[in-house]
Amino acid sequence: MSTSQVISSTRAAGESGGEIVRYTLGERVHHWLGALFYIYCLVTGLAFWSPYMFWLAVIVGGGPTARFWHPWFGVAFTLSMGWMYKMWRADLSTTDDDRRWWKAIDHYIENDDDKLPPVGRFNFGQKLFFWLMFYGVILLVISGLGLWFVESIPWSLRWLRYLAVTVHVFAAMATIGAFIIHIYMSVFMEPESFHAMIRGSVSRAWARTYHRLWYDRVTQGRK
Amino acid sequence: MSQATLSIRRISGHAGAAPGEDVERDYQVCKLIDTTTCIGCKACEVACLEWNGYSFTDTVFDNSYQTMPQTAWNYWNLIKFNEHERDDGSITLLMRKDQCMHCADPGCLAACPADAAIVQYTNGIVDFQQQNCIGCGYCVSGCPFDIPKFNPTTKKMFKCTLCVDRVSEGLEPACIKSCPTGCLHFGSKDDMKDLAETRAKQLRENFGIEKAGVYDPAGVGGTGVIYVLHDVTNPEAYGGLPKDPHIPWIVRFWKGPAKWIGNLAMLGGILGVTLHYLRYGPKEVHEHDEDAKNGNGGQP
Repeated sequence: MSTSQVISSTRAAGESGGEIVRYTLGERVHHWLGALFYIYCLVTGLAFWSPYMFWLAVIVGGGPTARFWHPWFGVAFTLSMGWMYKMWRADLSTTDDDRRWWKAIDHYIENDDDKLPPVGRFNFGQKLFFWLMFYGVILLVISGLGLWFVESIPWSLRWLRYLAVTVHVFAAMATIGAFIIHIYMSVFMEPESFHAMIRGSVSRAWARTYHRLWYDRVTQGRK
Repeated sequence: MSQATLSIRRISGHAGAAPGEDVERDYQVCKLIDTTTCIGCKACEVACLEWNGYSFTDTVFDNSYQTMPQTAWNYWNLIKFNEHERDDGSITLLMRKDQCMHCADPGCLAACPADAAIVQYTNGIVDFQQQNCIGCGYCVSGCPFDIPKFNPTTKKMFKCTLCVDRVSEGLEPACIKSCPTGCLHFGSKDDMKDLAETRAKQLRENFGIEKAGVYDPAGVGGTGVIYVLHDVTNPEAYGGLPKDPHIPWIVRFWKGPAKWIGNLAMLGGILGVTLHYLRYGPKEVHEHDEDAKNGNGGQP
């Protein structure tokens, strides 16, 4: 089944046919908005992080422009993350299936997916990624406010200025680590999941292989 | 700067030594503030505004002579007035001219991420180059004296320049020129240090001010602005002059080891996923197996 045989993504999940809707148009729009906001913050943040990456600020309009927009895009990403939480939280709690899957993670890493216990709409790795970004963003936005309005932190509470720097750096690093893995897995390791986030649908075989419990749920009674 | 670069070391075809050869040249400049002779007249505040082209703005009255609580982006020179109780119970007014200290090891410069937004000249002056400033405010976190201030209109940081424009033309800073009591001095760091020590000794020996001394904190490598204090053991009494200022260790860590740790971690992550791809490649759905298992060509 080739990926060109994609059905209309506006169909309800589980509709029978060539492919299954994995992400609705709304989910995809919010994912890519979040991606835009995060990548902007990443590029400008790396520019402020190291003089050897300051050139990154140039490609988005120069240092002062990058500095002006970085916090606003950060706020936008926070809102975006809140929206994604609202959309996906029902599928993001850890289940016993996840625990079994996590114990067999080696099979996942070694592409022996047939040996893995079945999981729901998201596997535990995807859930971990979401929660890392979710809590990472909370830390980033709080510490970011400290950096944004650093002069508003009184001198007597200056330890808060230093804490803000530290938290912002480490939270950013944690999200970057997760982001590298996210990009690698969705674009290179499982190309069909990238396609799913673009056009919204996956093949039945893909859904059965990687998210069997979700597949069973959405196809129930529609055979 | 230009003169320093053009000082002569050798001259060709010249009888005798080059002029100035083997003469130690003292390039580092210094401002000396003798708090014991300051009368709090604020002439230096006015001169600073005049020379740097700022007009008076609204001030904040806080039951004190002090013009405003702290220096501002357009108010770089502020005399801090502090009531202080002497050991015998009497009250004295400690007055200290507050401004950028021009640290030999400047925290603002260490924290700054923008190329050439902060420079330190060989004469010791630490100066902000607003055309390169991105307005991030990292210098605020780096400064142990709480000096850099943000201009919300231009989104650039500002502070005392030690009148680098005057000094480079051989003039003394504007504040020095305006001081009516001679409590402000300007010259080479060595000369100012000598003068300050002499004055402190005089205060100790002739006036019985036993704790008089010179404030030139070693934690930031010494400063381009030094004080004579009545009580050098208690600089905090002079409106929050830190006893042992140094660049916050977190800023040092952030700008030092954290860079390496972070950059190596990011590279490691990219390398890790690349190796994974080379070793295991992309995941492939075994469609035919699945279909065969279900026996209905894709329909479960």
